[in-house]
Amino acid sequence: MHIYLNGESKDTSCTNLLALIQELELEGKRFAVEKNEMIISKSKLAQTPICAEDQIEIIHAVGGG
Amino acid sequence: MEDTPLIIGSRRFNSRLLVGTGKYKDLTETDLAIQASGAEIVTVAIRRVNIGQHPDQPNLLSVVPPEKYTILPNTAGCFDANSAVRTCMLARELLDGHNLVKLEVLGDEKTLYPNITETLKAARTLIDDGFEIMVYTSDDPIVAQELESMGCVAIMPLGSLIGSGLGILNPHTISIIKENAKVPVLVDAGVGTASDAAIAMELGCDGVLMNTAIAAAQNPVLMASAMKKAVEAGREAFLAGRMPRKRMANASSPETGYFFK
Repeated sequence: MHIYLNGESKDTSCTNLLALIQELELEGKRFAVEKNEMIISKSKLAQTPICAEDQIEIIHAVGGG
Repeated sequence: MEDTPLIIGSRRFNSRLLVGTGKYKDLTETDLAIQASGAEIVTVAIRRVNIGQHPDQPNLLSVVPPEKYTILPNTAGCFDANSAVRTCMLARELLDGHNLVKLEVLGDEKTLYPNITETLKAARTLIDDGFEIMVYTSDDPIVAQELESMGCVAIMPLGSLIGSGLGILNPHTISIIKENAKVPVLVDAGVGTASDAAIAMELGCDGVLMNTAIAAAQNPVLMASAMKKAVEAGREAFLAGRMPRKRMANASSPETGYFFK
């Protein structure tokens, strides 16, 4: 299935957001997820399906002023 | 003399120096500089995770843990209200419901001057959604009052352009903003060296937020220590109340009892 992950075109076999997070080895780290510009809370990752052409953003904190 | 704490929204602080985490050589330098600054509020930016990076790469929030510091996510890089609101929502999710943010909506790349129309729009949406907003703004006293009456918890006018290090170019307008405000006023942007921070505090500002002045110094850790002292010195000078300015000299030594006249 084709999605956009952090702006990059990507094919994934993950069917929900938790599976994607696990595949990216991000589980247990500090991050936040947006799907099609909607925040998906950490507790809802497993129950949020990934659909074709979804725009998924995974963010974290970086140095800034 | 014991100073009163700095109260921002529902939070209390002892340090009046707020520091950023950008532009450091590495996370060790970030850590040492922030410790030397004595800051309790530390700004961070919100960006995409670098997919495919080594999973064990050190993370900024392990150097500035939210249990130890008040993390102030910023909306740097946002040029419209919508992206600033999205950034704040993501930051709140990232930080487990933490609702204190630094709102900055920028006007153009060259000046990074605030876009006030978009700032007001974003502030309204975020305040209605329960955020506590520390807002980066121009030094316009009327805009500052508008932001305060909307419910922003701190007003943060620039002293000069972000990252310019030109110092406090607008002491007069900053002091008018301070005079009008009931919420804390912090100079955000423009400080280049310690005396600039002291000047901001001597104007009566409640705090100073800086990043580049420390991170781009030759010795950032030493500059962080200098900034801590400058903010404290400026604050004490403000509380002490400076002497009146006079046009002509006024001798400090007695003008009587001369043996040579």
